[in-house]
Amino acid sequence: MIKVLFFARLREQLDTEMLEFEAGSELPDIAAIIKLLKQRGAVWAEVFDGDQMVMMAVNQEVADADTAIKDGDEVAFFPPVTGG
Amino acid sequence: MKATNQIRIQSEPFDIAAIQEEMRTANPSIGAVVTFLGQMRDINEGDQVSSMTLEHYPGMTEKALQAIVDEADQRWELMGIRVVHLVGELQPLDPIVLVAVASSHRGEAFQACEFIIDYLKTRAPFWKKESTADGERWVDARHGDSDAEERWS
Repeated sequence: MIKVLFFARLREQLDTEMLEFEAGSELPDIAAIIKLLKQRGAVWAEVFDGDQMVMMAVNQEVADADTAIKDGDEVAFFPPVTGG
Repeated sequence: MKATNQIRIQSEPFDIAAIQEEMRTANPSIGAVVTFLGQMRDINEGDQVSSMTLEHYPGMTEKALQAIVDEADQRWELMGIRVVHLVGELQPLDPIVLVAVASSHRGEAFQACEFIIDYLKTRAPFWKKESTADGERWVDARHGDSDAEERWS
């Protein structure tokens, strides 16, 4: 399984905290996950296709759409950070 | 002597004086302790802010902060680093973040402290949501913060 987490503004916009996907050859990288997410509905397509900046991480390290994923990985999507 | 570094994410307030005292007395070769304290303002983007909620990504936050602290330790000769960041609900004047750096001399402590807070601002997964008279809103990232980070590369 691949666990996908959403944080902050993204979590609220998508009304989703976590999703799980079956790992496999059709999900080689984050770009493939994003493609699946965009099929979930208008708000999803808007978040992942729109002007807002979406950051991503794999196993709690900053990643990008090309980053490869495998079974057991934790993927996360979130807005630019605003701590401190 | 190997520096002792500590990173904490917590919802309870922290005792600034106690942390400084612990750091400055850790080693008699320490000649400088520089502390940065970030606290909650009651105004942002021209609006009154009554409270704020800080969310983070447990696990990644600790990893990201550890990487920043490790890099500071490599760049400068330091004798101890503390990073404490609050999460949860905050009121104006509540401390949000403390970065304290001990060193033999002030120069390295000042630089390392600024480096750590600049990197924390752009790399550690925390998000602020503020309450104003018009309701709640997520705080947007500031361009100035990425400029501040760029200075160190």
